[in-house]
Amino acid sequence: MSLSHDQIRRIVKLARIAIRPEESEAVRARLSCVLALVDELRAVDTTGVEPMSHAVDVGQRLRRDEVSEQDNHAVYQSVAPAVQENLYLVPKVIE
Amino acid sequence: MVWEVVVGIETHAQLATASKMFSGASTAFGAAPNTQASAVDIALPGVLPVANLAAIEHAIRFGLAVRGTINRRSIFARKNYFYPDLPKGYQISQYESPIVQGGKLTFQLDGREHIARLTRAHLEEDAGKSLHEDFHGMTGIDLNRAGTPLLEIVSEPDLRGAKEAVGYARALHALVMWIGVCDGNMQEGSFRCDANVSVRRRGESVLGTRCEIKNLNSFRFMERAIEFEAKRQIELTEDGGKVVQETRLYDPDRDETRSMRTKEDAQDYRYFPDPDLLPLVISEQMIHDIEAAMPELPDARRERFIREYALTPYDAGLLTVSRTAADYYEALVKASGVEPKLCANWQTGELSAALNREERDIAASPVSPPMLAGLLKRVTDGTVSGKAAKQVFEVMWKLGGVVDEIIEREGLRQVSDAGAIEKLVDAVLAANERLVGDYRAGKDKAFNALVGQVMKASKGKANPVQAAEALRRKLG
Repeated sequence: MSLSHDQIRRIVKLARIAIRPEESEAVRARLSCVLALVDELRAVDTTGVEPMSHAVDVGQRLRRDEVSEQDNHAVYQSVAPAVQENLYLVPKVIE
Repeated sequence: MVWEVVVGIETHAQLATASKMFSGASTAFGAAPNTQASAVDIALPGVLPVANLAAIEHAIRFGLAVRGTINRRSIFARKNYFYPDLPKGYQISQYESPIVQGGKLTFQLDGREHIARLTRAHLEEDAGKSLHEDFHGMTGIDLNRAGTPLLEIVSEPDLRGAKEAVGYARALHALVMWIGVCDGNMQEGSFRCDANVSVRRRGESVLGTRCEIKNLNSFRFMERAIEFEAKRQIELTEDGGKVVQETRLYDPDRDETRSMRTKEDAQDYRYFPDPDLLPLVISEQMIHDIEAAMPELPDARRERFIREYALTPYDAGLLTVSRTAADYYEALVKASGVEPKLCANWQTGELSAALNREERDIAASPVSPPMLAGLLKRVTDGTVSGKAAKQVFEVMWKLGGVVDEIIEREGLRQVSDAGAIEKLVDAVLAANERLVGDYRAGKDKAFNALVGQVMKASKGKANPVQAAEALRRKLG
């Protein structure tokens, strides 16, 4: 399957990736190659096969409901670009 | 033109757990920003989520309570979108295989039973909070709430109009608290509703285009928002316009909804199974254990109250508004041994008025079931009149204490001594010749006035039944 430039623009927007116009064709070609691989997989007859959500066929282990984490915000915030009153600061977002 | 307003409700109920959905950080409300955000919650590289057993048990508990299907195998999926209060760039949710499918919720409204079908209930994690003010053109991010377990409960579009929608939401709110899966605190955001509203001409079977209203953090706002939105859609359609599918925000200050975003730039969330989380497999044993420990549900208890205590559906409804209220009532009936109807009258009357006045929950009532039971025994055996009992109640409410001591101390014991009452009656008859004359002339009202005089003369302490008997005898 081959992707169109419109589809590339949409994917780029959803993924919040900036690409220059001249890169668009290269990205389109490379992504189309990935999809070609998917097409090959699709050729396999999977009639009657239950879809798998995970490569390992076991159930997940669960955790008991206990508070095990301490307050580490000082450590985490030491690498944040901007912090004020314990809050992480990010460029203004308005809904 | 007669319009029908169609509503479906999506509810996010915060599950009552000590730790988060996928990390061991605390979920306690009101902590200083980011002090309860662990490496998993802030999405540091290399961390892995591990699901909280209690959250899953709560979801199953809810599923059983609404008689839904518990999926023995459910899948966690990634819902992808970018927002600064969502550090991973995706929310862990459930998409194709939610933990609970189907089910129904029964609720009472204006003395009628309504049933709303549920589509599903799925587990997910909450996002953090964005604070937009006072940061020099920046937005502040608090990730304490990130990763808090939520149960998203989705109803079918079975509700007709704002009142039914609110009836459903109230019943759901009561149920999640009743079974202990959510604390129901709407101010703290533990129970949040969105409403999907559309209108159609009555008799039509196809649904109209819907709008989703967000930010309904009280039942009152929910009712007003749906009413406003329905009116807006009806007027728009009648004027030849077309409703556009969009998300709208309710503004309680202006009592209106306004557009947030249209579905034109609809989010494409690109759900896919989260490779970090294996399928959630639920054993029969686990379901069995949860079912065995389930409390009697509100509807069943309401029906039992009507049957067992000969209560009206209305009283039974009031007494089963919460599990604590129902427990209070049964403790009261048991401890007092008096007429269950008398217990109901007192709990829904004096007690509930006092609780409302001070905005207290019944669990925090200064008058406990044994205390009130003691008082109702004295009402039943005639030691105090109904009126004096209210005074005793006030004293108990304010100061506590033992019923019999309060009755003596306040001098509220009812006069039931036949001799004493006779004396009072004689004195009243002597002093009220005009009333006696009126009564003899056939004016029934005069009799009640005479009883009133006897009560007044006794400072309200005479047994009114005995006083009336004595009067009738003397006037005979």
